[in-house]
Amino acid sequence: MKKLRNKLLGLLPKGRHAVIGVPFFWMLLFFLLPFAIILKISFAEADIAIPPYTSLTAWADNQLTLLLNFGNYVLLSEDGLYLAAYLGSLKIAFFSTLLCLLVGYPMALAIARSDKHMRPVWLLLVMMPTWTALLIRVYAWMGILSNNGLLNNTLIWLGIVNEPIQILNTNIAVYIGIVYAYLPFMVLPLYANLVKHDSSLLEAASDLGAKSYTAFWKITLPLSKNGIIAGSMLVFIPVVGEFVIPELLGGPETLMIGKVLWQEFFNNRDWPVASSLAVIMLLLLIIPIILFNRNQARELESK
Amino acid sequence: MTSFRFSRFMLFAGLAFIYLPMLILVIYSFNASRLVTVWGGWSTKWYAGLLDNTQLMNAVLRSLEIASYTAIAATALGTLAALVLTRIGQFKGRTLFGGMVTAPLVMPEVITGLSLLLLFVAMAQLIGWPVERGLMTIWIAHTTFCTAYVSVIVSARLREVDRSMEEAAMDLGAKPWKVFFLITLPMIAPSLAAGAMMSFALSLDDLVLASFVSGPGSTTLPMEIFSAVRMGVKPEINAIASLILLFISIITFLLWFFTRRAEEKRKKAMHKFKTYKG
Repeated sequence: MKKLRNKLLGLLPKGRHAVIGVPFFWMLLFFLLPFAIILKISFAEADIAIPPYTSLTAWADNQLTLLLNFGNYVLLSEDGLYLAAYLGSLKIAFFSTLLCLLVGYPMALAIARSDKHMRPVWLLLVMMPTWTALLIRVYAWMGILSNNGLLNNTLIWLGIVNEPIQILNTNIAVYIGIVYAYLPFMVLPLYANLVKHDSSLLEAASDLGAKSYTAFWKITLPLSKNGIIAGSMLVFIPVVGEFVIPELLGGPETLMIGKVLWQEFFNNRDWPVASSLAVIMLLLLIIPIILFNRNQARELESK
Repeated sequence: MTSFRFSRFMLFAGLAFIYLPMLILVIYSFNASRLVTVWGGWSTKWYAGLLDNTQLMNAVLRSLEIASYTAIAATALGTLAALVLTRIGQFKGRTLFGGMVTAPLVMPEVITGLSLLLLFVAMAQLIGWPVERGLMTIWIAHTTFCTAYVSVIVSARLREVDRSMEEAAMDLGAKPWKVFFLITLPMIAPSLAAGAMMSFALSLDDLVLASFVSGPGSTTLPMEIFSAVRMGVKPEINAIASLILLFISIITFLLWFFTRRAEEKRKKAMHKFKTYKG
């Protein structure tokens, strides 16, 4: 009897296994498994039914048939709109990452080199907006950039332009919105990296006669490589699939894949095409994501 | 140093760039004119009007409810995940686990949203649950991606804290769970609070995930704002947006203030303890 009880108790997850198991199972079920389903649905056909797609397997005449419909992928490759949207997303993501880096790097450097007790204050000021609603911050720009908005009124009042220039609903507005929303995600990892640098290296360089910009190019910049990778990935990857900013600030010329996917899903109710769009987007992003995860793991172990 | 002066300037310019639009939004929410671009004097009528908008108020309550549940669940799950990543050594599937925990940080929301919806639909077909999409499914979606944020914040803290106390307690025969609750938890508590706050804010803000996995009658505040904003800038939206900004800024500031004070106290106590011991 005692043996049996011990055996039964042994079946219960031990502390260590429970600690690993709970978050593991949750992420497996709600994060990883859904990707398998998205892959499956991308081979289905849209149907007027609930749910609105056909089943992949059918049982008839004692035969199990597996029907893989490649039509969605053929459609993606043949219709120029989708290709243009992927390219547009990658282009916008690339240039906005670059812009974030150009603006964010000096900011991170200034925080890392400021007084020790002032650093948390600067960081809080940079990070605070990310805790407040993105939707609202993007919306704030709609009021500023519109044709009779604050920016155009100011430009006219200053006499720089005679009539309002169209900014809202163009790609310029999209760039402004993305840099605005994602800048803190660039600054934070850069700061975390820059603040760890040993200042004696720079002192040594200056003692040996290096100008401050030479020291920057030869020492600070190469040492901050991991911070640049982490920050760039934190901006680039989500921006490729961004929906809210192109939808609210962009115009007809703004072709981004997140917006197209949203329209396929919500307006056309074509779930299979939306799924295949997501699958291709994942394939495009898999290398940056792995790069980001490796970089994260290395950062985690370095301490 | 010229380069430092330049970066100093960029810091101030960057902060102005970050805060000016929000400041303008708040100022315009007090605009008496219905035309959002013309200044018609100060007024608080848009704020008063909010209370009569029951649809919006219901969405506010719904979002606050989801955000609270999300904050609790994501903090618990994220802390567990952070413990696994920092305190438990090698185990089978550790790389996979690390990947699954950090990937939601960067995964585009449209992909996560669509894939979760398809999962819920498939589960409803297979096991009959969830019967209908609503608060529950939104909560699951939010918890999943907030867990990633919490685990990053908490594991950073777990790596920082002095492990000698934990080791001493273990050596004296304390059970792992006791060590965690009596020693580790008090030391990492500020990061848990920060993680919970971040989850609350992220959940309150999310439009894309909620749009995919919500069902009839579970419209959240961001969904409500989004459908209004699509039509253009409106004074009522300025008012509710300003309130949200104010609400989150105050909580963030209070949290930051108290965690800093707690941190200083703890450092002083540790210092005292060490000098006493020595």
